[in-house]
Amino acid sequence: MTELRPSERELLNAFQAGEARALARAISWVENARPGFERLLSALHDRVGRAQRIGITGPPGAGKSTLIHALAQVVRGNGEQVGVVAVDPTSPFTGGALLGDRIRMTSAAGDDGVFIRSMASRGSVGGLATTSREVADLMDAFGFERVFVETVGVGQSELEIAEAADTTVVVLTPESGDSIQAMKAGLMEIADIIVVNKADRPEAARAAGELKTILRIRQGKAFDRIPAHHGVDLSEITRRKLAPGSGGEPSSTAGEAAEASGAEAKEWEIPVLLTVAQEGEGIDGLLAVLDAHFEWLGRSGVLEERRRQRLLERVRAVVDRGLRTRVWREGDGEAILERARADLESGRRTPYDVAGEILGALGPGSGKG
Amino acid sequence: MSERKIRVLVGKPGLDGHDRGAKVVAAALRDAGMEVIYTGLHQTPEQIVNAAVQEDVDVVALSILSGAHMTLFPRVLKLLQEAGVDHVLLTGGGIIPSEDMEKLQVMGVGRLFGPGTSTSEAVDYIREWFAEHRAADE
Ligand SMILES: Nc1nc2c(ncn2[C@@H]2O[C@H](COP(=O)(O)OP(=O)(O)OP(=O)(O)O)[C@@H](O)[C@H]2O)c(=O)[nH]1
Ligand SMILES: [Mg+2]
Repeated sequence: MTELRPSERELLNAFQAGEARALARAISWVENARPGFERLLSALHDRVGRAQRIGITGPPGAGKSTLIHALAQVVRGNGEQVGVVAVDPTSPFTGGALLGDRIRMTSAAGDDGVFIRSMASRGSVGGLATTSREVADLMDAFGFERVFVETVGVGQSELEIAEAADTTVVVLTPESGDSIQAMKAGLMEIADIIVVNKADRPEAARAAGELKTILRIRQGKAFDRIPAHHGVDLSEITRRKLAPGSGGEPSSTAGEAAEASGAEAKEWEIPVLLTVAQEGEGIDGLLAVLDAHFEWLGRSGVLEERRRQRLLERVRAVVDRGLRTRVWREGDGEAILERARADLESGRRTPYDVAGEILGALGPGSGKG
Repeated sequence: MSERKIRVLVGKPGLDGHDRGAKVVAAALRDAGMEVIYTGLHQTPEQIVNAAVQEDVDVVALSILSGAHMTLFPRVLKLLQEAGVDHVLLTGGGIIPSEDMEKLQVMGVGRLFGPGTSTSEAVDYIREWFAEHRAADE
């Protein structure tokens, strides 16, 4: 393993001593891709993996921050340490960002037991998803038992961030259109738990019912090899598979038995919950479901499998980032591009030809393919 | 790939309920390419400093219209120092008489902006301060 430089060692020591300032600074290093940040992450790697990572996503204004605050209050009360990463978009026009999630996440008490970090999406070198995962890693390594990651669920990278969570909560409101929007943005595919917040508004129960129907239809599709005869309630089958200790239950048909043994632990029935985040209503219920999901992840082996996958993904992402850095920041990429500009513009050379030269400059063999 | 972003916390301590000024400044700093963390109304100095630490900001800008600037600015300054974040610029604006501004600057507060100052002045000031004090850091 590479040796840490003195400034890195110093930060690592402060971090390990539990200084909030050191965590904050380490996050900045990662965000800014400051030289040495990967050595720091590497040194902290064996401390990562204890926290439950909870992705909270949904349309703008659905109440994500308010919900996280309400959840954090409860788990803080149980003595847990909590970290929050709140991602908001960077303006593509100015490069600036207005990060306002803290407004809904501070209480009159000023509890500093919750560490909140606002993050702008920027044009991260390694991609926003990788950066925010690394920030979550830092919070995990710092010792927080739960790390919430808030993203606005509209774009692709937000979905990626949410997917990096152990548990993804999609927050919607009773307003008609939210569920359609959620489907369009692909939110239903990533949800482990769906919350209809602002349940103090009319139509909340109807919205929840609608979502349940959508989920049932989607689940029904997964069983379309089973003949749809009378008396088989598909949701009932799923529920039975889910119930702890239901493994020994006799199945009525061979097909169903095969289905059950093959998919037994793989099934998680996505619950639809109602909350009034502002009033703290439904928060205990949500917390119970979060715990149940984490417990299911562990029991089913899904968590372990995902974490194995993530290790491989991380290596690929870090290699991608390193290559980009080597080509564009440290290497001759920009210089070659600048030299080739006139030829490119006049049509004497093609973009592929120039790209080949840039890749070729990395070393033998790099330009092939 | 790009130069380091300037991170600014815009806070609104105290009891007065007007945050239009703070919001206008926050938007102007954002439009100038900065990352602005807006913390909302009625923040205590402790909350502001706690947020400044967690967010690892370069600048804390306070909007104070309540007349409590002679207690709030020194309090935030002291808490920042106690928290070990003395590399942060504390600046702000509001209805502050010029002799108070001078007193505060002697204590270590940065430039303060009275009502009617154009937001571009604050933008320029923060940029210059950053270039001089922080740009060379990590
Ligand atoms: N009526 C009602 N309003 C709520 C509830 N929860 C949150 N709100 C309000 O909804 C607004 C948005 O809440 P936020 O928590 O900021 O929502 P968000 O999803 O984090 O918003 P963005 O981060 O901007 O996408 C605020 O004015 C909240 O006070 C609720 O349960 N009922
Ligand atoms: Mg929010």
